[in-house]
Amino acid sequence: MATLDIHAHTADTHDHHDEHEHEHHEQGFIAKYIFSEDHKTIAKQFLISGLFWALIGGSFSAIFRLQLGFPDANLEWLKPLLGEWIQNGKLDPEFYLALVTMHGTIMVFFVLTAGLSGTFSNFLIPLQVGARDMASGFLNMLSYWFFFISSVLMFISLFIETGPASGGWVIYPPLSALPQAMSGSGLGMTLWLSSMAIFIVSSLLGSINYITTIINLRTVGMTFTRLPLTIWAFFLTAIIGVLSFPVLFSAALLLIFDRSFGTSFYLSEIYIGGQALHNMGGSPILFQHLFWFLGHPEVYIVLLPALGITSEIISTNSRKPIFGYKAMIGSMMGITFLSFIVWAHHMFVTGMNPFLGSVFMLLTLIIAVPSAVKAFNYITTLWRGNIVFTPAMLFSIGLVSFFISGGVTGIILGNAALDIQLHDTYYVVAHFHLVMGSASFFGFLAGVYHWFPKMFGRMLDEKLGYIHFWLSFIGIYLVFFPMHYIGIAGFPRRYYSFTSYEAFSTFGDLNMFISIAAITTLSAQLIFGFNFFYSIFKGRKSTQNPWSSNTLEWTAPIIPGHGNWEGDIPHVYRWPYDYSKPGAKEDFIMQNVPLSQTPESNLPFEKDLALEEK
Amino acid sequence: MPTINVTTESGMNAKKFALWLFIVSIVMIFASLTSAFLVRRAEGNWIIYDLPSALWISSFIIVLSSASMHWAYVAAKKNNFPTAGKAIVVTLLLGLSFGYTQFMAWSELVDQKVFFAFANPGGSFFYVLTGLHAFHIITGLLYLLVTWYKVNNNKISSKNIIQVEMCATFWHFLGVLWLYLFVFLFMYH
Ligand code: HEM
Ligand SMILES: [Cu+2]
Repeated sequence: MATLDIHAHTADTHDHHDEHEHEHHEQGFIAKYIFSEDHKTIAKQFLISGLFWALIGGSFSAIFRLQLGFPDANLEWLKPLLGEWIQNGKLDPEFYLALVTMHGTIMVFFVLTAGLSGTFSNFLIPLQVGARDMASGFLNMLSYWFFFISSVLMFISLFIETGPASGGWVIYPPLSALPQAMSGSGLGMTLWLSSMAIFIVSSLLGSINYITTIINLRTVGMTFTRLPLTIWAFFLTAIIGVLSFPVLFSAALLLIFDRSFGTSFYLSEIYIGGQALHNMGGSPILFQHLFWFLGHPEVYIVLLPALGITSEIISTNSRKPIFGYKAMIGSMMGITFLSFIVWAHHMFVTGMNPFLGSVFMLLTLIIAVPSAVKAFNYITTLWRGNIVFTPAMLFSIGLVSFFISGGVTGIILGNAALDIQLHDTYYVVAHFHLVMGSASFFGFLAGVYHWFPKMFGRMLDEKLGYIHFWLSFIGIYLVFFPMHYIGIAGFPRRYYSFTSYEAFSTFGDLNMFISIAAITTLSAQLIFGFNFFYSIFKGRKSTQNPWSSNTLEWTAPIIPGHGNWEGDIPHVYRWPYDYSKPGAKEDFIMQNVPLSQTPESNLPFEKDLALEEK
Repeated sequence: MPTINVTTESGMNAKKFALWLFIVSIVMIFASLTSAFLVRRAEGNWIIYDLPSALWISSFIIVLSSASMHWAYVAAKKNNFPTAGKAIVVTLLLGLSFGYTQFMAWSELVDQKVFFAFANPGGSFFYVLTGLHAFHIITGLLYLLVTWYKVNNNKISSKNIIQVEMCATFWHFLGVLWLYLFVFLFMYH
């Protein structure tokens, strides 16, 4: 009975595809590029939107770094851009907070969640599992357009008179709940919450689609143990998303009620100008619990796809099978699971029960184990490989470097006692910018360099890629390494200026140094921007499999049409990492090559499988 | 058979699977809210009120509606679409009266001077949990309406009753969700 159903269903989907292909020729501009249901187009939409947001988020950090590095400088020249936010040549202090908040929000959610997962999950899942499209093209399209509406709301909030949300990307109440607390907690915060609520819907639609596609639409032979690690990473990321984003929704919902409907979930006994507010009985700590229950998994939502991309690129360009394929899957599963039970390490200094604190400390430190497994596996894959230094490969290696140096400081922060000193200082900023910000951004860039030929049929310029890599790699260390010292010296994050404190005067020039490095590094990204847009139109034409890679997307036409493969979908006969297999004619064997065609390189157990194939 | 492009290892229909994931995310919303309820309650300064008696009635109604939905499903499976359509209408009406009873529960609380806003969060949580559930009931009713339309206009055949099946799954889920909330509120109000 069950099998009958499946056949009926598959016949069904097949019909649909035929219909699609007919429509394809008549599709107008709008159906093809705007309200498209093709996963490849949607991926590009996410990519371009993500790059747009990265430009805005990056410019914001340049502005607030100017303030931090050169507190006495005259910023009058920014007036044409920022208008009233520049007063007497100085940045408005509240606007400084708005910039920091928006930088964090944009980078974490709009660039590294939507831009990274949205682009690569959409682009690679159907192509690498061997499906014609996502399980539901329509929901996929909705996912992008919800993201678009959410982007528009957030973008509008940048231009309103009271300024965008300013309470930090973590929007702790009561600061974020009371418009009296800061001007950004007025309309700006309302827009922030509306935008994020819609963002959550978009993210859920996306994740549900990714999971469904990976489970249900794999081509024949694509078992779970033959899935590329990219797909495993996207799969687990989507699971984290489905489980954690709804919790952020709850947190935001209660905050909306507190702000606009007079409830007291998070607010209690607050006096403003001697006047008591009516709110009684709320708990601000409750918000932190709800927020970090998403917030910590969120950092892995950002990182896991980057790690998946890296696995694929490092293996391809080392011309070696990935070291410890199953250990990689296991450690990603471990990280997924653990990421849900460590959230309170962000709350060590909220006065939580010290015993509870030590439980969370223990759990937090355990995360170091699967993380280290991954790091070692990358290094052992590189070890004695025939390394091809493509730009994508360099960015992947850069990711591994950032992941290690940022992860080490995580272990220090994870100690509840040490965290008393380090919490809310630049040490934390250094930690997460290396391990999350820079590592994930490098994963994103690596992915763009590697799959650009598949997306646009052309190559990115390599020389520009190398320049881009070295400026970014060195620049990022110059920016974030010194921040550890500043943090240990006790500089709190989110301060507008340190000039009024005698104790902090000694580090003034270090801050200046960081700012110069940051602005240089950010400018280097323009090289990439140029390379990207130039190469879309004028880049060198790509071949079908430019990196001699094994996965299925390289069996599709150079620019795949709607439906991805002309003719039948390829079947899969082996795992994706048959690089430099002893005895093989070439140093790679694609996943769709049957074992029976490669008797010279089959391993003993594969010989039996080869017989079964016939 | 030659056109097969799905591994036979996964016997699940993709749409049904997606529905379950959707349900998981709703479960997470309510799980987080009820945990928030417990965490906040443990801190003290919490009001106690009588559970509105209307909730017993509404719980009874929603169980009935699940039964009628199941009736619709069974009828559709037997190719008896007129009956299925009627059963869906019955479910719709029961769903509406469930919503009405929930509203009565709110006014009972208001009579007890337990309010949503400008009040202790103990009461506000009651309104949030029931209100958010009611919101999902509304989406469920819309789903029922669409399904009823399709059943009535012969858009569904006995081979392809997945629409009815999924609608039933969602409706049963909303019922189970309510029973969970009811037991929860019964224990911790
Ligand atoms: C060995 C593994 C890790 C450990 C033990 C660890 C531990 C910690 C701890 C204890 C904090 C809180 C510091 C404080 O606020 O006082 C923290 C902050 C943070 N970590 Fe990690 N971390 C690890 C890996 C990661 C990874 C892999 C990411 C991201 C991909 C990440 C992203 C962040 C972020 C974004 C924050 C700061 C959030 C904020 O306050 O704005 N961490 N980490
Ligand atoms: Cu964390």
